[in-house]
Amino acid sequence: MTDVICTTRLTKHYGTNRVVNCLDLRVKQGQVYGFLGRNGAGKSTTIKMLLGMVRPDSGSAALLGESVDSLRPQTRERIAYIAEGHPLYNWMTVGEAIRFTCSFYTQWNGTLVEQILDHFELSPRQKLRRLSNGQRAQVSLALAVAPEPELLILDDPTLGLDTVVRRDFLESLIQIIHRKGRTILFSSHILGDVERVADRIGVMVGGVLRVDCPTDHFRESVKKLVLDFPGPAPEEVECKGLVNQWTRGSQLELVLVGYDEEQRSAVESLEPRSIQVIDLNLEEAFIEYTRGRKRSLPLFAQEESHDSSVGDQGAA
Amino acid sequence: MQFQCDTTSRTPIYRQLIDQARTAVARGQLRPGDRLPSVRQLSRELVVNPNTVARAYTELEREGVLVTQQGRGAFVAEPQQDLTKKARRKQLLEKLDELFVEAVHLGFSADELLAMVQDRIKQFAFTATGGNGP
Repeated sequence: MTDVICTTRLTKHYGTNRVVNCLDLRVKQGQVYGFLGRNGAGKSTTIKMLLGMVRPDSGSAALLGESVDSLRPQTRERIAYIAEGHPLYNWMTVGEAIRFTCSFYTQWNGTLVEQILDHFELSPRQKLRRLSNGQRAQVSLALAVAPEPELLILDDPTLGLDTVVRRDFLESLIQIIHRKGRTILFSSHILGDVERVADRIGVMVGGVLRVDCPTDHFRESVKKLVLDFPGPAPEEVECKGLVNQWTRGSQLELVLVGYDEEQRSAVESLEPRSIQVIDLNLEEAFIEYTRGRKRSLPLFAQEESHDSSVGDQGAA
Repeated sequence: MQFQCDTTSRTPIYRQLIDQARTAVARGQLRPGDRLPSVRQLSRELVVNPNTVARAYTELEREGVLVTQQGRGAFVAEPQQDLTKKARRKQLLEKLDELFVEAVHLGFSADELLAMVQDRIKQFAFTATGGNGP
């Protein structure tokens, strides 16, 4: 498989603040990549650098095998981008926006646009200014997919959409995934959506890509352990893969990444009365992981081959 | 049967689908030869990545719950046992003991438990012969 998105030590400062730090991001053809991180983690800046809207201080980025500094128009045509908040020219009608956008492309699937507009009951005569947030999202999705792009980059596409419109949007996204070979990178804060559509996730923490692995692998690797002690619980524990810890009376709670035999024996050597291992859903795993102490956060990027063996052991 | 997916659950989506299919077969809602929705169909219906559905189907095929026929789709398999009766008995007894532990701690008498078993048994599709296997 080829890398559709490939960045090498991509770095950007705003003032003295290093917002993206030596980022090596690789997204393979056909992957649906959930690009996650808290506000200010560097997601949008990364996306803007991918699209040439922000110039990196150092490092490089390539899309579809071409450097983003010198992307040929033919290549640019194969890439769709939906910006945060679905900006559109408000003085245009839906129909005018379609004709305007269409003029930049040699390939344009007009039938697909009509289908999407029909599906969402949008008329070409409607003014963009009068559309709801949900309708704007649908128009910008229609405009983005009409040139049948090979790569879609979506910056928080479901931000501000109500539950029903969000589901509609995800359904459209699934339709796009069904067309073979499409690669999608999208950022989102709604982890339930990410779990539905992404087969791989990356988590940015303070400008650094801390997690880069299959979605299920991440959520299955982050565990919360509750240790119960006969007396007061220890205050500070050192352990491989430790993300966070709290002591509450006789209980010690640990959040661990990549829970394995080595960690188990490290935890047992504390001689607790009981150890409870709690599975987390993707949202809980994300919260526990990203609110840990940034500097000591363990990096976490294991490969797919590893993933299947971990997942299958849970079989009843 | 109707598949569902719950993203707030601590069980991964592919695992949820596996559990639902196994339960539906055990309850007789899915019978051998029944056709399951295609990967694309189910992916669209549940709004989940097709790879997630495919992963569940692959696992179910490995467990012998379903068979896929190239170009025709996925079907519920005829029950077939790879393990010896002795091994399967051992597995079931372990689960049974877990149930007894719970029953004792919840304060049920042996007769009450037996009556409940008799009642619930009707809801499941047991094999008449006791399952053929090696």
